[in-house]
Amino acid sequence: MANSLESQLAGLRDTRVWRSIFRSGSGATNLRRALAVQQNVFLHLASVKVRKRSLAFRVTWFLGTLTLGAFLILVLTGIPLMLYYHPSVPQAYADMNDLRFVVSAGVFLRNLHRWSAHAMVLLVFAHMFKVFYRGAYRSPREFNWVVGVVLLLLTLFLSYTGYLLPWDQLAFWAITVGSNLISAVPVLGARIRFLLLGGNTVNANALLRFYVLHCVVLPLAAVIFLAIHFWRIRKDGGIYSGESEHHE
Amino acid sequence: MSESDHKEPKSADSSRRQAFVQLGVGSICVACAGASVFGYEFLAPNVLYEPSPITNAGKPDRYPPDTVTQDLQAGIYIVHGPEGLYAMSAVCTHLGCLTAWKPELGIVACPCHGSKFHRDGSKIEGPAPRPLQWLRAWISDEGDLLVDRSEPLSQKQFVRT
Repeated sequence: MANSLESQLAGLRDTRVWRSIFRSGSGATNLRRALAVQQNVFLHLASVKVRKRSLAFRVTWFLGTLTLGAFLILVLTGIPLMLYYHPSVPQAYADMNDLRFVVSAGVFLRNLHRWSAHAMVLLVFAHMFKVFYRGAYRSPREFNWVVGVVLLLLTLFLSYTGYLLPWDQLAFWAITVGSNLISAVPVLGARIRFLLLGGNTVNANALLRFYVLHCVVLPLAAVIFLAIHFWRIRKDGGIYSGESEHHE
Repeated sequence: MSESDHKEPKSADSSRRQAFVQLGVGSICVACAGASVFGYEFLAPNVLYEPSPITNAGKPDRYPPDTVTQDLQAGIYIVHGPEGLYAMSAVCTHLGCLTAWKPELGIVACPCHGSKFHRDGSKIEGPAPRPLQWLRAWISDEGDLLVDRSEPLSQKQFVRT
């Protein structure tokens, strides 16, 4: 039974359509397996070969993968939420309440989005602590640590911009306080605040700008930096698997 | 023999190429500078649909002596003290939250981080670095009390009625 399924799959892999899409054909040789990873646009970011040791739970606690999982949940829940949400004053608050009380599964999607956002911030920090205390940030991986710091800032800024969107009192005052913190930047502070809010107060322009940042600009930047982050793992010799690997 | 033959046209070629590279890099730099100026100008709105900074607080006799009146919409206090009327911003000097007048305590308090102020705006305690802003206030020709929220006063100034 299993054998016939395998042979059927092998047959499928040898069809012209499959070969035209995936190039690498059937067969369990190492070359075929390597090609399957190398010739796939998504998989090629990852290493062709991975040390079995570095896949153990205790090495990473899977924190990076879990962070990616939270990010994917946020994208998948965020897009449907956009279909019911108008980033305008005072409609935004009413839409948020509609999502909670009127739209089928709205409350599920909204809460999943919110909890995943909290989880992602937590996981990013946990991931960074794990990397730091294992010493996995050291040469040759120091640039990937820098990319990671950029991703941390993007996560925090995504969190911050998303916080305004419910347009309730908590959101309004949090962004009022946060944007006044930006004014503390020397020389340019007041100007950055004006550009970010699109005005002097947290108002319709600020809501629209935060919406565009939250839904387009920052996720796009995050995807680009995530791709660099994963690709660098491969280029830096795979996941850091322990003290024995470190020379000097 | 061919070496010296080729040398001259080659160096002329490379200097021409260098000139084009410089021209290309230069024009990209100019385009980037132009794009950042355009980008800045585009992102900074020229027309703001925000409330006017000058607010009409009504007739001065609405404010009896020895009272503090908070205008929640305008975010200001009108205080009638012994020296006369004065206007103060209700926006906390810490991080911009709207403070509230507590009549039972006779102080102004901020809900966000706990700053407290006297009724003349001076700080009692809390993270606020400065006293509350005094605002320019005057009586219009129609006899209304006007307050300009964009004009903080550097020294105390009273409106006598």
